[in-house]
Amino acid sequence: MKTLLSYSFSSLATHIHNWLKNAITNDMLLTVTEMVIVGVCLLVFLILLAFFLGYMERKVAAFMELRLGPNRVGPKGTLQIIADTVKLLFKEGFTPDAADKFLFNLAPGIIITTALLAVAPIAYAKGFQIWDINIGVLYISSVSSMAVIGILMAGWSSGNKYSLIGAMRSGAQIVSYELSIGLSLISIVVLTGSLSLNDIVESQANGWWIFKGHIPVAIAFVIFVVASTAEINRAPFDLVEADQELTGGFNTEYAGMKFAMFLMAEYINLFVVSAVAATIFLGGWMPFHIGGMTGFNHIMDYIPSSIWFFGKTLFIIFIIMQFRWTFPRLRIDQLLNLEWKYLLPISMVNVLLVTLMAIMGWHF
Amino acid sequence: MTNEELKNNITQVFSAVTFDETGEFLNVIIPSEELLPFMKVLRSTKEFNFDYLFCLTCVDWKDHLMMVYFLNSKTHNHTIVVKAKITDTINPQIESVYDIWKTAELNEDEVFDLFGVKFLNHPNLRRIFLEEDWVGYPLRKNYVDEHMIEL
Amino acid sequence: MLLGEEDCINEEGEFVINIGPQHPSTHGVLRLKVWLDGETIKKVEPHLGYIHRSIEKMSESFSYRQFIYITSRMDYLSAHMNNQACALVVEKALQVEVPARAQAIRIILCELSRLSSHILWFASAGLDLGGVTPFFYAFREREAINSIMEETCGARLTQNFMVPGGVITDLQPDFPKRIKEVLKQFKDNYHEYNEILIGNVIFQNRMMDVGVLTKEDAIALGCTGPVARASGLSCDIRKLYPYDGYEKLKFDEILVTGGDSWARCQVRMAEMLQSVNIIEQLIDNIPEGEFVAKTKNVLKLPKGEFYQRVETARGELGVYIVSDGSATPYRCKYRSPNFANLSAIPHISKGHKIGDLIAIMATIDLIIPDIDR
Repeated sequence: MKTLLSYSFSSLATHIHNWLKNAITNDMLLTVTEMVIVGVCLLVFLILLAFFLGYMERKVAAFMELRLGPNRVGPKGTLQIIADTVKLLFKEGFTPDAADKFLFNLAPGIIITTALLAVAPIAYAKGFQIWDINIGVLYISSVSSMAVIGILMAGWSSGNKYSLIGAMRSGAQIVSYELSIGLSLISIVVLTGSLSLNDIVESQANGWWIFKGHIPVAIAFVIFVVASTAEINRAPFDLVEADQELTGGFNTEYAGMKFAMFLMAEYINLFVVSAVAATIFLGGWMPFHIGGMTGFNHIMDYIPSSIWFFGKTLFIIFIIMQFRWTFPRLRIDQLLNLEWKYLLPISMVNVLLVTLMAIMGWHF
Repeated sequence: MTNEELKNNITQVFSAVTFDETGEFLNVIIPSEELLPFMKVLRSTKEFNFDYLFCLTCVDWKDHLMMVYFLNSKTHNHTIVVKAKITDTINPQIESVYDIWKTAELNEDEVFDLFGVKFLNHPNLRRIFLEEDWVGYPLRKNYVDEHMIEL
Repeated sequence: MLLGEEDCINEEGEFVINIGPQHPSTHGVLRLKVWLDGETIKKVEPHLGYIHRSIEKMSESFSYRQFIYITSRMDYLSAHMNNQACALVVEKALQVEVPARAQAIRIILCELSRLSSHILWFASAGLDLGGVTPFFYAFREREAINSIMEETCGARLTQNFMVPGGVITDLQPDFPKRIKEVLKQFKDNYHEYNEILIGNVIFQNRMMDVGVLTKEDAIALGCTGPVARASGLSCDIRKLYPYDGYEKLKFDEILVTGGDSWARCQVRMAEMLQSVNIIEQLIDNIPEGEFVAKTKNVLKLPKGEFYQRVETARGELGVYIVSDGSATPYRCKYRSPNFANLSAIPHISKGHKIGDLIAIMATIDLIIPDIDR
C-alpha cells in the first residue's frame, strides 16, 4: 500500500507505520494489519458520513418544504438518525416466503460492497488518499457500475412483481447513464492526460478545470451531475424505487438492517459521485487559485485542503439533494429519451470539442 | 324539448309505453323485453339524442323489480327517466345497455351485485363490491343477514 | 402483492400486477388489476368493495334527519356538498323555503370545501408524481381552511352542517374576517403553486398527451366534474340546474378542450380561483335573518320519487329517493361522481406506461369511499 501523506496526517501515519514495523516483523502481516486499520477507520468514517448525510437530507428537505425537520432527539435533532438506526437494528430481518433466500440476503451485501469499493481512490486532502492507483477514474466508474448487479439481484430474488419491475428499470437506467458519465469523465482525462485522481488534482493547481476548460468542461460537469444523479437512483430519476408507482421498487420486501444497508449504500454513493465531481471538475482538495495572482493564492493556501475538498463535495451533495425535493419523477421512456437523445449526443460532441481544445492548447 | 313534446314524440315512435308525470322528470314505463329497442331509438334518433346516462339503478317493489335509467341529452339538454319492470323476482333478467352507453358497465355490475338482476350481453358481469360467493343480494327487501341489526 | 390467482406471466406473455388495495397512489383501497406488456398497460380492471359500507341500505332504516349524516362519509372531501344534496332533496319533497341566510352560508361553505378539495388534489398530484414538496405548500392553505371548518362546524372533515331547511347553527361572529384572511393567504400563495409544480417542465411532460379522454367518450362514460370539463363537456350543475341561489352569482364554468391529464390540471387550478371569486361575492353580503326554516320534528316525505343533483368537487352527485310516505326512505340511491369517473380509467390508460397510470389516477382524483358507498 502506497500511502502519500503530508501535513499533520503524514507525521501521524509515519509514526504509526514505524511503530507497527517495530512490532510486526513479517512484511505480509504488516500490510494486512495496516489494511485492517485503514478499513476500520474508513468504515467508521463512512457510517458517520451516512449519519451526517441522512441528517442533512432531512434538514434540506425541511428547508425546502416550509417545515422544521427533526428537532426533538438531541440538540437540533442531530441524534434523530441514531435513534432511527437503533430502530432499524431492532426490527426483524424479514425474508419473504417466496424469495430466493440466498440471493435475497446477499444483495444488500453486494450493493454496500460496491459502494465501499468506490471510496478507495478518493483523495480527501493533500496527500491523504487510501489507494493512489494510476487508473483511479476508470476504477471508480467500473466499480460503481457494478451496483446494478446488486439491485437486479435484490429485485429478482424478492419474489415480488413490483420489485421485479424496479429491477428491470434499474438495468435500463444505470447501463444507459453509465455512458454519459464515462464520456464526461473522459473529457477531463483528455485534458490532463492521466487517469490518476491525484494527477488530475495536481493539474488544477493554477485553476480548476471548470474555469480553465471553458464551456465544454462546464457542459461536461452539468452532464456528469445529471447522469450521476440517475446513476445513484435519486429523485427525479428514482424510477427504480418509485414509491408512488412501485411501492418501493427493488427494496419493497427489505426491512430492518438489510434495508438500512441499502440506505447507507445510497448515501455512500451520493458521497462518491459528489466527491468525484468535486475532484475532477472543481479541483478536489486544491485551493482556489488564480494563475499569476501569488498573493491571493497564498491566502487561499492557508485554508486546509480537507476543508476545500469537503466544502466542494457538500456543495454538490446539496445541489443533488435540492433536485430531489424540487422535481417530480420522470417516466421511464422520458428518462431513456433524455439519455439517448440528448445527453449522449451532447457528450459525444463535447468530447470532440475538448479533444480539439487539448490538441490546440486553447485551455489555460 | 319539454316534457309534453317528449311525450308526444315518444308515443309516435313507440306505442307500448305508459307515462308518469308526477315527479320532476318525465317517467316512461316500459316492459323489460322492450327496453333495448326503445333505448336504441332514444339514443339514435336525432331529435331525442339521449347520449348521457347519468344514473342507473333498481328499486325492489317486493312483487317486482323496477330498473330505473336517468337519461340526459347533452345537445338538447332534456332529461327523461326510463323504467323497466321486471316481474320475475326469482331469476330477474334484462338486456344490458352497455352497447349504447359505456358507463352502464360498472353500474350494471353494481345492480347485479346488490339486486341480483342478470344483464344479458354484458361484457363482464361480476360482483364488484361483494365477494364472489356472497349469498343473497343486500339491497333486496327480503335480504336477511344474521349479522344485520334492525334499528 | 400476489393477490390474483394468475401466475406472474400468463399464457399470452402478460405480466399481471395488482395496483392496490394497499398502494400509495390509489388514495384508498382501490384495487386495479393491470395486465402489462413490459411497462406498457394492456388492460385495466377495477375491483371494488374494500370499503363498501352499503350506505344505501343503511339509509333505508334512517329517518330523513339522520340519513344526511352518513353521506359525509362518502366523499369526505366534499362532505358539505353531500349533505347539501340530501338536505335539498328533502326540501324539494316537502317544498320548504330555505332562508336566504342559510343559502348564503351553504354556498360559502361548499365553495370553501371545493377549494380545499382542489388544494388537496394539487398536493396529492404532486406526491403521486414523486414531488413531495408541493404537498407541504398546499397543506399550509388547507390547514387554514380546515381550522375555519372546525370553528364553524365543530369538525374538520365530516362537517354535517346542513340540515333540511337550512344549516344546523348560525355562523360564529368573526366568520367573515377569518374567511377573508384565508382567501388573502390563498391568493398571495397561489403563484407558488404554479412555480413549484404546475410550471415545472417535468410535470408538464408527464401530464401532456397522457390519458386523453375525448368529449364523445366523456359523454358515453358518464364522466362529470373537472374530468368532463377538461374534455370540453359542459356539465357544471351549478350553471345547468342552479340550486341554493347559485343563479344569482357570477362565475365561469371552466372548459378546456384538451382532454388529457394536463387539461384536467388546468381546470382544477382555474376552478380554485372561481371558488374564491364566489366566496368573495357573498362574504360581505350574507343576509340577516333565520338560518334554518321551521320544519316538523318528524319528517315524512310524500309518496313519490325525488331526484336532486349538486356539483361536488368531483362532479355531479345525484340523490334519488323513493318514498312510500313513511318516515324513512323506501330506496335511496346515490349517483356518485367518482363511480362514473372511475370507468374512464380502464378506457384511457390503455397503451400507456405504469407511471402514466399513476398520473391518470392523480388527475381523475378519485375518492374511494364515494365509489364503494
